[in-house]
Amino acid sequence: MNRTINALTRSLNVFHLAGSACNNCDIEILDALTPRYDLERFGITLVGSIRHADVLLVSGVFNRKAAIRAMELLEQAPKPYLVLGIGGCPCTGLMFRNSYNWDRPPSDYMNIDAFVPGCPPKPEAIISAVVKVVEGLRSGALVPRCLQDATELAETPEAAGTV
Amino acid sequence: MNKRTIVPIGPYHALQEEPEFFKLHVEGEKVVHLDIELGYNHRGIEKLSESKTFEETIFLVERICGICSTSHPLACVQAVEDAGEIPVPERALFIRSAVGELERIHSHLLWLGLAGHFIGFNTIWMWAWRFREDVLNILELITGNRNHYGMMKPGGVRRDINKTDIPAISKLLDSLQDPIKLFRDAVVQDPLIHARTKGIGILTREKAQDYGALGPTARASGYDIDVRRDHPHAAYPMLDFDVITCEKGDVFDKAVVRILEMFESIRIIQQCLTQLEKSGGPVDSNPKTVPAGEGIGFYEAPRGEVFHYVRSDGSNRPIRHKVRAPSFMNVPTNRETVLGATVADATIILAAVDPCYCCTERMAVAVGHHDGERLLNARDLMRLSCEKTDRLMAETGLRGPSLPDFQRE
Repeated sequence: MNRTINALTRSLNVFHLAGSACNNCDIEILDALTPRYDLERFGITLVGSIRHADVLLVSGVFNRKAAIRAMELLEQAPKPYLVLGIGGCPCTGLMFRNSYNWDRPPSDYMNIDAFVPGCPPKPEAIISAVVKVVEGLRSGALVPRCLQDATELAETPEAAGTV
Repeated sequence: MNKRTIVPIGPYHALQEEPEFFKLHVEGEKVVHLDIELGYNHRGIEKLSESKTFEETIFLVERICGICSTSHPLACVQAVEDAGEIPVPERALFIRSAVGELERIHSHLLWLGLAGHFIGFNTIWMWAWRFREDVLNILELITGNRNHYGMMKPGGVRRDINKTDIPAISKLLDSLQDPIKLFRDAVVQDPLIHARTKGIGILTREKAQDYGALGPTARASGYDIDVRRDHPHAAYPMLDFDVITCEKGDVFDKAVVRILEMFESIRIIQQCLTQLEKSGGPVDSNPKTVPAGEGIGFYEAPRGEVFHYVRSDGSNRPIRHKVRAPSFMNVPTNRETVLGATVADATIILAAVDPCYCCTERMAVAVGHHDGERLLNARDLMRLSCEKTDRLMAETGLRGPSLPDFQRE
């Protein structure tokens, strides 16, 4: 397996980026980490800074004020990273897309690797999405969308050194 | 040396709810001024509501807040019913109250867990959220979804509670008593938690009244208001419950009010279930139109009174819809409680009103212009808070709350 991908998927550090969300997806994400579902068993932990993150969980619509902050944050993320859109809001904007304060779909300025629809998606759905993405990356079927193409994962000393 | 520095907190945080932005002006360790900046979560819901039919509006207001996803719809349907003088069957009222109280338990457990996390006791966080799952199970059994229940509609509720489900719900509720007692004993009687929370972030009764504080924030200060009792709605006039108040208004009292309220909520739900088991009948009066008029609706949400105003012109859409959420009144009280406190206490004080407030993520400490800027990451405020707990542990020799082995059958 590619060393970069191996390092990326072994223990996922999750950063949770809520837009102008209703918080329900955010709470379901935390639910997935607390004892009932307990994702921390697999080394999946929340981190406090985007600079430490392997995965960004994006939830909620982004309004005009929040979208600017989200773009700023995204620039700080170390590559390669994965972006998961949690809930119906990042997918379609749901009922908020007609609002005057609706910016645009987050997929316009984020490379979202997977969407988890649902309002809110159950923790099971979030876990299943993470498993699918990790399997896809390990089998080579999926390349993190923040990279241009698979050649950026080439086994060079520099690439190995940046992991 | 009294150099004033600014500690921005927010606007995003990995744990809590809506993004809000606090600027703490600090001199040394003392907080001397607080700026609150909102707007990261503005989605234009009131305007959107005017473009939706009355039935659709309920689904929209449900998504104002994922934790208050019964409170807002309940206040909204009451406003619509008030505007159109729509009758509601009695059975629907009991179902409304039962779902509302279940929501209160899950919201308070959620807050308790986060509060434990903020002062460095992650065990409380994990335990509280573990038992919160049981409440979500009950809600899933009743409504079909863990959150965003979609239960309310003008004229009644969308789903009946099956009589065959009631014994199971009742049993699940009883099994919640023990964990909540566990929290009461472990958290409220623990001397280390006393040291961290007592006498901190005091909101006096006068100030609570001046700021118009609501819900547990006001009741912890001895300001005895509760819409469930003061302006009876839903099934509350037919139910027997107490309004919990405390006197001092510090962080500890706010926790006590919330924990004791959970027992009241269980009592209320049990009474509702008894009534639902005895009586039958429709749960929906199926209104076809909402006549012209205006109406108000309120509900005691977990955080305080939520208020909705709806004006109808006889069409199928509201022409004006106004929402006032409890955090709108409660967040400004932070100015009263945080000033004079230390930075290490600021986290728990700001969290104590259970606002839709967010803290850990990106905060910067700007240490004067000529010193340059020092960027503290997310964890530093948490670290300060946890360090204070550790310091107290070392000074007092206390170990903090221990949660005994608790086996469920």
